[in-house]
Amino acid sequence: MTPYRLSTGGLIDRKRPVSFTFDGKQYEGFAGDTLASALLANGVSLMGRSFKYHRPRGVMTAGAAEPNALMEIGTGGRREPNTRATMQEIYPDLHATSQNRWPSLDFDIGAANSLLSPFLSAGFYYKTFMWPKSFWEKVYEPFIRKAAGLGRIAEEADPDTYGKAWLHCDLLVAGSGPAGLAAALAAGRAGAKVVIVDEHAIAGGHLVDTREVVDGKSAQAFVEDAVAELRGLPNVTFKTRTTALAWYDDNVVALVERKQKHVAAPEANRAVEILWRVAAGHVIMATGAEERPLVFAGNDVPGVMLASAMRRYLNRFGVAVGRNIAIFTNNDSAYALAAEAEASGITVAAIIDTRSTAPSWTGRARVLTGSEIIATQGGKALKSVTVRTGAKEETLSVDALAMSGGFSPIVHLACQRQQKPVWNEDLQAFLAPDTNGALTPAGSVAGAYSSQQAFNDGADKAVEALTRLGFDAATPAADFADKTPGNPSGLWLPGDVKGKAFIDYQNDVHYKDIGLAVREGFDHVELAKRYTTNGMATDQGKLSNINAIALIARARGCSIAEVGTTTYRPFYTPVSFATLSGTHYGTHFAPVRSSPLHAWSLARGGEMVDAGLWYRPMYYKQAGDTDMMASINREVLAVRAGAGICDVSTLGKIEVTGPDAAKFLDLLYCNDFGKLAVGRARYGFMLREDGIPFDDGTTSRLGENVYFMTTTTAYAGPVLAHMEFCHQQHWPDLDVRFVSVSDQWAQMAIAGPRAREILASLVDEDISEEVFPFLSAKEVTLGSGVVNARLFRISFSGELAFEIAVPAGYGPSVADAIVAAGAIPYGVEALNTMRLEKGYITHAEMNGMVTVADLGFDRMVSRRKDDFVGKHMFGREGLVRENREQLVGVRALKAEDRFTAGAHVLKIGDQVSLENDQGYVTSSVWSPVVKGYIGLALVKGGRNRIGEKVRVWNALLGTDVEAVICSTDHLAEANGGKNA
Amino acid sequence: MASLIDCPHCGKRPREEFTTLGSAVTRPSPSADSETWTDYVYLRDNPRGMHDEFWHHADGCRRWIVVSRNTFTHEFGGTRDAAGIAPMISPTEKTSQK
Ligand SMILES: [Zn+2]
Repeated sequence: MTPYRLSTGGLIDRKRPVSFTFDGKQYEGFAGDTLASALLANGVSLMGRSFKYHRPRGVMTAGAAEPNALMEIGTGGRREPNTRATMQEIYPDLHATSQNRWPSLDFDIGAANSLLSPFLSAGFYYKTFMWPKSFWEKVYEPFIRKAAGLGRIAEEADPDTYGKAWLHCDLLVAGSGPAGLAAALAAGRAGAKVVIVDEHAIAGGHLVDTREVVDGKSAQAFVEDAVAELRGLPNVTFKTRTTALAWYDDNVVALVERKQKHVAAPEANRAVEILWRVAAGHVIMATGAEERPLVFAGNDVPGVMLASAMRRYLNRFGVAVGRNIAIFTNNDSAYALAAEAEASGITVAAIIDTRSTAPSWTGRARVLTGSEIIATQGGKALKSVTVRTGAKEETLSVDALAMSGGFSPIVHLACQRQQKPVWNEDLQAFLAPDTNGALTPAGSVAGAYSSQQAFNDGADKAVEALTRLGFDAATPAADFADKTPGNPSGLWLPGDVKGKAFIDYQNDVHYKDIGLAVREGFDHVELAKRYTTNGMATDQGKLSNINAIALIARARGCSIAEVGTTTYRPFYTPVSFATLSGTHYGTHFAPVRSSPLHAWSLARGGEMVDAGLWYRPMYYKQAGDTDMMASINREVLAVRAGAGICDVSTLGKIEVTGPDAAKFLDLLYCNDFGKLAVGRARYGFMLREDGIPFDDGTTSRLGENVYFMTTTTAYAGPVLAHMEFCHQQHWPDLDVRFVSVSDQWAQMAIAGPRAREILASLVDEDISEEVFPFLSAKEVTLGSGVVNARLFRISFSGELAFEIAVPAGYGPSVADAIVAAGAIPYGVEALNTMRLEKGYITHAEMNGMVTVADLGFDRMVSRRKDDFVGKHMFGREGLVRENREQLVGVRALKAEDRFTAGAHVLKIGDQVSLENDQGYVTSSVWSPVVKGYIGLALVKGGRNRIGEKVRVWNALLGTDVEAVICSTDHLAEANGGKNA
Repeated sequence: MASLIDCPHCGKRPREEFTTLGSAVTRPSPSADSETWTDYVYLRDNPRGMHDEFWHHADGCRRWIVVSRNTFTHEFGGTRDAAGIAPMISPTEKTSQK
């Protein structure tokens, strides 16, 4: 038996010993222990170092608010920093490591900061590290990072799985103490769908920390029976190890459930943590109350802890925190601890009560009324406390001290949606605001402090909520032997402090810091928080805020209500990023969209590049290609000399049908589509309502009321949503239907002088120039009627070209047949080179500012139509003024000169300045046809400047070359003006 | 902002299934003057209170809907399909018409 484990009692499983390590040393605990209770059972009281002064610290609480006992748990990718030892259950071979100490927890060099403490007062970050400025990066920051800081994050990927899911219920109960159990029993018995959660491994809240008698049995047995009844109801979901983190609009509550954080080897196919979002009809917030620390010098020595924590270690875990303890209190609640400790054979040296009269007490311990502790002794473990009663001082030898400054309701959830808690003068506590009925605080969070009061409050409030939800619920009853009503306590503050009396343990904010902040003008509660860092640590001031507020009020000479609280925000306790991301990482975050020809491209040496979620072949690497440019240039020249095939399946494809399809297309496009004949294709622009191009593409009329629209790859989704908006909102009376068929068709471009000859060998129908000229479109069959296909005589390269769409599954075999007939595969780099050689535009040119006219398509805009999206704005003054930037070609004068997209165009001889800027290059590429760099550019008044020599300047890449403004059709220029 | 949006076609669904476009202003007639069109394209009210917005149930039924919500309290004021909603009138006009 470990030295501080009692021989009986507690809810631990004494038949299942568990060994674990802390800072490399092996210890034994029992299944059911937390890391904190197991270490205390072994007599380990030093569990951490404070953030600023590196003071030795022990465990302060036995729950979520723990500020001191923060540790790194686990190894490798499972290492988790800043884990509260009070919440972490032990498991076989758990590895825990202390934090914020160097070189060791026992000997920490940073403790010298304590000696420097006059310089590390409130606001020290702002005062100390400001000058000289150059010291920040080289001296101050590295020093702070080495000496301070919390745990280290894992540097390997977390091997575990995390999940996210929704739950739906009538009543969500947060907390399973007496109030929560009563509420869940009322709702469960009434047949309502109930979710009840508790953040600890076992249910019962503070009830299982007591030796109360309920319905003639122990509180622990009572809880066990209630939990068994609830778990037996099919309409009740009971989740332990589950924290209610946040309360959102529409009564949605976020929970984190730690499913496998307490096991040695998590099952690989199950999540270790789940982030639940619960859509609840009503929420009962039975979150309990947090005990307040008392403010006195040396209140942070290991061995000093909250009375409720000591009581939990005693009754829940069978651990005596000390053998000879003292209790310091300003209220009645700690007397129960004194009685139970004495019953367990622990000596209680004294109960030091700040009040002048104590409640009736029949135990052995001395009661010192009107007394306070003014100092403690012991560095890494408490040795004694100095008590002052009136003018008399005495020193008591003790090895642990329990303190109780009363209770603060845990109102966080209710305050996370803008509303602030409300100070209640009678209870001397901040209570939840009126949340308009959707969330009800019940139990000690509502000021019903005794177990009987809490149970009754939970029962009544649940019945009230259930009645409103339409359930016929009976009020559950339980008879608690102790009928003493809960006794609220005032806030006790010392008159004066010699030494350091800590307010915020984690951030080392002490008594004098608060007064200093107020004196220096930071007396607003939000300013004081930031100036002193009180409440800014990972515990978010769960213990410290109330004492800081009381001290501010006293220093300002105003009421606590006037000071108020800082802002409450989700989450109640820290949540890991892994849990928040759930399964959304890797390919689950960005799924791979594979075109029907994805594998086909890979098999032919395709080097893939991501294009949104798609992957497209940049080029096809072949034997003999020395580098990427060699591959690209080989492909371009082969297409222009013979024929090539390119996968264009990623283009958006939308089928539009119905009697009003033509009318609808006329409203969507700025050009005429109504008069498009069956069997014809047309290039067009969709505008935004402000007159600027939104997307471009080709739409073909395949039948009387059947159109096949293509969009750019990136705009496939936005165009569909835009069409839905236009149809559903603007023109719901149009009889038109449309559907995305992007994934249904494998689409290939076949370009080059031999394109027709190659396709003619595969297509059953006559596709000669006479029958199937430029901009033809029709449904055809391949292989004597085996494959239905859609054939389009369109070009994006300036060559004779077609696009053919076949059902997705036929893509690879049709592509094979085309290659067998003499086309070489080419990738998007060659596609881009050829479109630039020909001067075709993409979204690099449609930059959200240029007009159709700027792009040179002025004549395309319909003058016939009295309405289309964008019609009413595109003729605005600013969009038709002189000297707008117009699309032109630009070509480097020297073959060795290079320029890139984003480079600016300047007049020869002009200084580089914003005023002299003539425009910029939108796209550029090395052209194997021109044998030099070419591009497209938006240049002021550009179309009247063909032939002008300009400077193309890019300071980012350090390029500054001479070029000439030319026609966008570089291919025609290279061929001596003849259009290919 | 709401956690759940009550789609008139699908019922209450998580907000993440929806995308928003902005104020539920309706398109003027093609013959409207340029001032009306400028208002429609560029000018938006910024009310403190109930506000109608176009939302798209993109990961659901793909219908465009109008969501009424209170920009100050987050109070939810109902949804309806976007088809055939009445031409936009500003919230101030709404109040004065009552
Ligand atoms: Zn829907």
